Amino acid sequence: MLNKIWPLFIIISFIYSIYSGNISNVNNAIFSSAEETVNLCITLLGTLCLWNGIMNIAIKTSLIQKLTKFLKPFISILFPDLKNDKDISEQVSMNVIANMLGLGNASTPIGLKAITSMQEKNKDKTTLNNSMAMFILINTASLQIIPTTVISIRSSLGSSNPSKIILAVWVATVCAFLTAVILGKLLSKKF
Amino acid sequence: MNIINYISNIAVPFSILLIIIYGVIEKNKVFDTFLEGAKDGLKIVYNIFPTLLGLFLAINVLRESGVIDFIINFINPFLKLMKIPAEILPLALLRPISGSASMAVATDIMTKYGVDSFIGLISSTIMGSTETTLYTIALYTSAIKVKRIRFVLFAALMADLVGMISSVVFWQIMS
Repeated sequence: MLNKIWPLFIIISFIYSIYSGNISNVNNAIFSSAEETVNLCITLLGTLCLWNGIMNIAIKTSLIQKLTKFLKPFISILFPDLKNDKDISEQVSMNVIANMLGLGNASTPIGLKAITSMQEKNKDKTTLNNSMAMFILINTASLQIIPTTVISIRSSLGSSNPSKIILAVWVATVCAFLTAVILGKLLSKKF
Repeated sequence: MNIINYISNIAVPFSILLIIIYGVIEKNKVFDTFLEGAKDGLKIVYNIFPTLLGLFLAINVLRESGVIDFIINFINPFLKLMKIPAEILPLALLRPISGSASMAVATDIMTKYGVDSFIGLISSTIMGSTETTLYTIALYTSAIKVKRIRFVLFAALMADLVGMISSVVFWQIMS
């Protein structure tokens, strides 16, 4: 996928920049993107390692089993193929819980672990199976209870009521989540 | 408002506290377990760095070349038909691609049109209710080196679209 999209983006951009006269901006963008990646990875490195360590403790306790039990009915509807895989469905529900709490830095390491375990059981290593596809889909839909980042941006910009958007966010996020799940279920039968 | 602030401030420390207390009660070697997990974090960053570098390059040249502006001008007439404010279009297009870029654009829009204005509220709602879809897909698929992602990109982008339309409709009804 990225083998096609990535060169397409770059080729289109370079050609268009010659036509639009933005070639010097593009030149700067090439070098700034390398710098931006390093900056992001350095900030990611600290929080990722920290959460990985903390979550490693959580995995070794019975805490996750308790939260998993609570999510179990939902997970088995979304991931029928994971019925007999206790470890993976545990990691999946942990990832979902972390996402819902807005712990983005916590959900990613767990999510990567979950999809790596799913890949080990995957028959065709070059293609996503249904569970993996559904897992990525619910991660892109971001079910979040409290949109902390936006609320903090809004309050920094001097909003009279920064949390005014919470209800709207719930409505929009549930609509998006349902779309992802329904489309995922329907399309996995045909594609 | 204060309660929500309090909840978002307490969420992270509370989770860490809960996990460590559980570990201690169940007689885990908590520090050794922590170190073991943290080491795995290094591997994850090592694995995703090349992917991120490639994606940042593509997104930045796409934005700086003017291609994104070109697309915005092209789609604008259709948006007017659906009464969707064109001001939010850069956000809608960048949101699935880049978290940092869309955050910059959203902040810019809220500053320009007012954080509590119709457009400001829509932008906030879009930021809060959608995820950096392309980044998320790239992150997970590149970690396991999968080539065929089937319907995932299409379904995820449709979900984003529905989330954005819901954001607009919600504030159209409310105002």
